Amino acid sequence: MTRRLILRIFVYAILFVAAIIYLLPIYLMVITGFKPFNQVDLKTMWALPTTGLHLDNFIAGYKQLAPNFMNSLKMVIPEAILSSLLGSINGYILSKWKFRGSDLIFTLVLFGMFIPYQSILIPLVKFMFAINLYGDIPGLVLVHIIYGIPITTLIFRNYYAGIGTEVLEAGRIDGASLVGLYRWVIFPLSAPSFAVVIIWQFTQAWNEFLFAVILTNQANWPITVALNNLAGSQLVQWNVLMAATLLAALPTLIVYLFLGRYFIRGLMAGALKG
Amino acid sequence: MFRKFTMSAPKFIMALLLMLLGAAFIYALSKTELIVARYNLTSIGILAGGLIFYSGILVVVTMFESETVLSIAILTPSIIAVAIFVYGFIGWSLRVSLSQWKGLRADYTWVGLKQYIDLFNNDPRFIIDIRNTAMFTVLFIAGCLVIGLGLAILLEQKPKGENIFRGIFLFPMSISFIASGVIWGWLMNPSTGNRLTGINLIFHMVHLDFLISKWFTTHQPWGMAFAVIPAVWQLSGFTMALYIGGIRSISDDLREAARVDGASEFQIYRYIILPMLQPVTLSAVIILAHMSLKIFDLIVALGKQDIRLDVPGIYMWTTTFAANNYAQGAAIGILMLVSVAILVVPYLVQNMRSETEL
Repeated sequence: MTRRLILRIFVYAILFVAAIIYLLPIYLMVITGFKPFNQVDLKTMWALPTTGLHLDNFIAGYKQLAPNFMNSLKMVIPEAILSSLLGSINGYILSKWKFRGSDLIFTLVLFGMFIPYQSILIPLVKFMFAINLYGDIPGLVLVHIIYGIPITTLIFRNYYAGIGTEVLEAGRIDGASLVGLYRWVIFPLSAPSFAVVIIWQFTQAWNEFLFAVILTNQANWPITVALNNLAGSQLVQWNVLMAATLLAALPTLIVYLFLGRYFIRGLMAGALKG
Repeated sequence: MFRKFTMSAPKFIMALLLMLLGAAFIYALSKTELIVARYNLTSIGILAGGLIFYSGILVVVTMFESETVLSIAILTPSIIAVAIFVYGFIGWSLRVSLSQWKGLRADYTWVGLKQYIDLFNNDPRFIIDIRNTAMFTVLFIAGCLVIGLGLAILLEQKPKGENIFRGIFLFPMSISFIASGVIWGWLMNPSTGNRLTGINLIFHMVHLDFLISKWFTTHQPWGMAFAVIPAVWQLSGFTMALYIGGIRSISDDLREAARVDGASEFQIYRYIILPMLQPVTLSAVIILAHMSLKIFDLIVALGKQDIRLDVPGIYMWTTTFAANNYAQGAAIGILMLVSVAILVVPYLVQNMRSETEL
């Protein structure tokens, strides 16, 4: 019995230490953010704020990033909605209406999820330039939707594969067509996977850097590009930078906090089936 | 395939209307610009017009009563998009990498494999990049697997607050590589003496001064090893989740049987659970390795383009868009693609085969 107790204590000890280490960066960002300017000192960076909670750093950080925060929102919302609709339709066809070669098509599409985007970057820039979508947010939305096709299709396809064919058979007996079955049977059952895909695409696009830095000009920079630029600037105090970093990470952190279940499902889908 | 055709007047009218609407849209936008709230949406509008026109065609296709034809027709826009943006652009990049394009004006003069040969033969920066990537990949995978498996086994002991712990280990995955790089850049600050800060300051405060590290300014080539820390912070939770899924899929009966046979908990893990987790390890390695071969934004934010932390992704970015050396940039991009493809293509093929068998 004592051996089990010791083992138990050992398990908790390691888990606690690990949890503290994992939370360290967040702890630093939060306490720094709440300190007044005059209490910010590298020597006491780990100490809790002693003179009450102040919002100076967050306000200064927000001032630096506010326009970019809005740019990111304007990019991410249409992107998440449109790419989930597209993925749903593709996933429906590729799971319920397989035809000869459809698995091959699916695999070829899926490959697009793994490529390093450096290998398509030069043509992409030239192409976006040619069709007049370089530099601004609509172009970035389009690019995210297109390169999101593989993962959104994958998540919906796997989800629909789990819906039994008997549901569809019943609909067919009632005379529903391919489109009708989607409209009346599949789509109403899709809410959970829409949640997964919308949250996944939201997080991906919010956090993405390479397309954003290459395809937008300064006025349209999303938040990741602006944050990276801020971090490289000598003019910004580190405490303001900490607060700004927390603000930049906040939307995805909040989504994770409240809808983590769906986020993790998206995460697992990326690992295929193993 | 097209033998059956049922004429339906409402469908015919609807198709006609959609095609007319789409065509009108495209025509109008070829004459004028579409500006919505300062955004120039002309090209997007033309694309939308095209899709409206195409939906008219889809309505016509439904009259043929062939579900296969309709399926293919519905998938076609996505297939075209992927064909152009993935495969077409890869081909185009490949062509650029076989040229001598340097400078803002495109120059497709054929030079064969010159760019590739130059990278491997007389480019010290690229050699550093390969070394850095190799070191990063090995340490990153090892770190994620060991910590991920360890945490998974600990959480499978069903401690109180299991969900909270799991949430804590997974949350860094939701943060961007950029934010992670910025914050870890501060935590791993190499300043010494009076300017001691970040994690080094913690080491000093708990009187473990011998642990104080120079982080990525350490003697070469070991600087890159420290860039692994934030990456492991972000992805060990993911690996843990994969392992938890794997452990849960092993039936309790099997463990129970082993217990009845007198196996200790340790033996159950050593001889039953770990061997059965091999497929999980394989997928984890493939996913993590392909991420590591592509690693880019984390290093940009962490290393501020310090050559000691240079990787191919950054080299490609700067040589193309700062030095306008498009041919070389394309060659690096293609090499990155090849390294990822070697890893991922067998995995995808196997995945497809196993599905077709079902």
